[in-house]
Amino acid sequence: MKRTLFDKIWDAHVVTEEAGRPAVLYIDLHLVHEVTSPQAFAGLAERGLAVHRPGKTVATMDHSIPTNGLPIADDAARNQLRTLADNCKKHGITLYDADSPHRGIVHVIGPELGYTQPGMTIVCGDSHTSTHGAFGALAFGIGTSEVEHVLGSQCLLQRKPKTLEVRFEGTLPPGASAKDLVLAMIAELGVGGATGHVIEYTGSAIRALDMESRMTVCNMSIEAGARAGMIAPDEVTFAWLEGRAHAPAGAAWNAAVDRWRGLRTDDGASYDRTIVIDASLIPPMITFGTNPGMGIPVTAAVPNPEEADPEARAALAKALLYMGLSPGEPLLGRAIDVVFIGSCTNARLSDMRAAASVMRGKKVAPGVRVLVVPGSQDVKRAAEEEGLDRVFRDAGAEWRDPGCSMCIAMNGDMIEPGQYAVSTSNRNFEGRQGRGGRTFLASPMTAAAAAITGRVTDVRTLMGGAQ
Amino acid sequence: MKTPFATLKSRAVILTADDVDTDQIIPARFLKGTKKTGLGEHLFADWRTRPGFPLLQPSAAGAQILVTGTNFGCGSSREHAPWALVDFGFRAVIARSFADIFKENATKNGLLPVALPEAACVRIELALEQNPGLELTVDLAAGRVSLPDNSWVAFAIDPFAKHCLASGLDELGYILSFADRINAYEQR
Ligand code: SF4
Repeated sequence: MKRTLFDKIWDAHVVTEEAGRPAVLYIDLHLVHEVTSPQAFAGLAERGLAVHRPGKTVATMDHSIPTNGLPIADDAARNQLRTLADNCKKHGITLYDADSPHRGIVHVIGPELGYTQPGMTIVCGDSHTSTHGAFGALAFGIGTSEVEHVLGSQCLLQRKPKTLEVRFEGTLPPGASAKDLVLAMIAELGVGGATGHVIEYTGSAIRALDMESRMTVCNMSIEAGARAGMIAPDEVTFAWLEGRAHAPAGAAWNAAVDRWRGLRTDDGASYDRTIVIDASLIPPMITFGTNPGMGIPVTAAVPNPEEADPEARAALAKALLYMGLSPGEPLLGRAIDVVFIGSCTNARLSDMRAAASVMRGKKVAPGVRVLVVPGSQDVKRAAEEEGLDRVFRDAGAEWRDPGCSMCIAMNGDMIEPGQYAVSTSNRNFEGRQGRGGRTFLASPMTAAAAAITGRVTDVRTLMGGAQ
Repeated sequence: MKTPFATLKSRAVILTADDVDTDQIIPARFLKGTKKTGLGEHLFADWRTRPGFPLLQPSAAGAQILVTGTNFGCGSSREHAPWALVDFGFRAVIARSFADIFKENATKNGLLPVALPEAACVRIELALEQNPGLELTVDLAAGRVSLPDNSWVAFAIDPFAKHCLASGLDELGYILSFADRINAYEQR
């Protein structure tokens, strides 16, 4: 029987599957943050249950943590963070807390510290858990009830999802990045287009991506509605993982790599669906609307609802109203107020480098607020060792402490009502970055370009032929 | 043991929108608590202020059924979304389709996700528009939504989800009934 990468990981984790019932699926790694876990721990306490395998759960503080070194201003957030610390202490769970030199966004530190490994099942009470699929893991977001299930049993009840192969062939052109690639895919599939499916990304354009770019792609799988996104591990994966704190070492490393080499879809195995996208045609992308499926090339005009499919018309008109945009107008040149470079999509070292490459020696446009928020303390230190913090600060941007920050606007970092932001995060939903705020999602390079010009900009025009 | 889902007879309110994300259902600034309760007052916090917001119209008072578009509950995995809907008073959501994680989260909180084809939704919506006080009957056991004129539409639901809702089954208890097999798996 020919099997896909997904099938292989699924099969290896089914503890039992009764007729007509979902499978009991074993979970290798459970990641936890402050927002979606307190009720799960409380539920466990009500039942008088212990955490079944505390060594397989790792916690961090990211969503409501301040990024400007100030104490937590908000009592509720402080209480939530304290609750996480208490729960971790009580159950013997490793926590990367506010003072930890390795703290960061859950989907940044999991891979960075080597917890995330090929072939694993990984869950977190967070939809962007799909990020970890970049290593050839089956990784998906769960609700708080399911967090409780995993804490209590290290297992979940799961119905087998379908598989969708998204094959990217060709070479991404200059100025386009993994973010543009995935925004182009979501624009094609729509925000519900992959519902019920696990995506496997394949093709030469995926193989050519470095590890951090692969994480960017898998991260946004959920924005097409997918249960998870995954990429078969290869030499790029192994090279990135080797030597990381919690990755296997010595003989165990060699044995693991041997095992991991088998984690690929068999020739001739079939997916429930396949789509093919020509990566060489993907330009820098940007979203104009209020969901991540509303993406266009940065040089394109805002679509006209009158010319859209009848089913899409009302939603499009509503989105344009919220965004304060007119049908048919170009986005290029539109003045913006804020630039946010960060989030679990684009706050790794390579993202910091990409943004810095555009901003080096330049100044932030007058009146524009630019926040650069590294994904973890490790990313922050590494960026500082390369002097990237100086590039950003000299340009007039704010160089912050790690956290989710303006991606979700829970920690006080937010845009004001009516303001426009170019953001490297993953969601442009109404009010996501602050009540009444308007978000254009884009790559780190496109965001950096907007920081300098104060406008939506085609970064290729700033690249001057040389990169 | 959760409250089993018995047949629900209630008025319904239409929320005309596709791709309603969980950031709209319950904005992130209300996620700083440590409890599941009290979120109903923040349900659709940023849409409430809009004139004519359907959930706050007098005819919607007491409605336990929400009727809406495609891909309801997309985006964030926050279970606060079904908690807020339940706290507000909803027991069922009828939609063209649901986002995966929302559907799971809803089921686990006694909120029945009813996915119906476009034509059936339109029929229900037309009936409600003609008579906003009309009561729908959602019969989980039979897998039917009925209108007062005794016409009905069938809906499909995963048999195990149906069993969980109808019996109030505790899923963690169910998983732990396989403790021996879980331990054996760990010994492999
Ligand atoms: S950075 Fe944004 S999307 Fe990622 S985990 Fe934090 S809040 Fe969620």
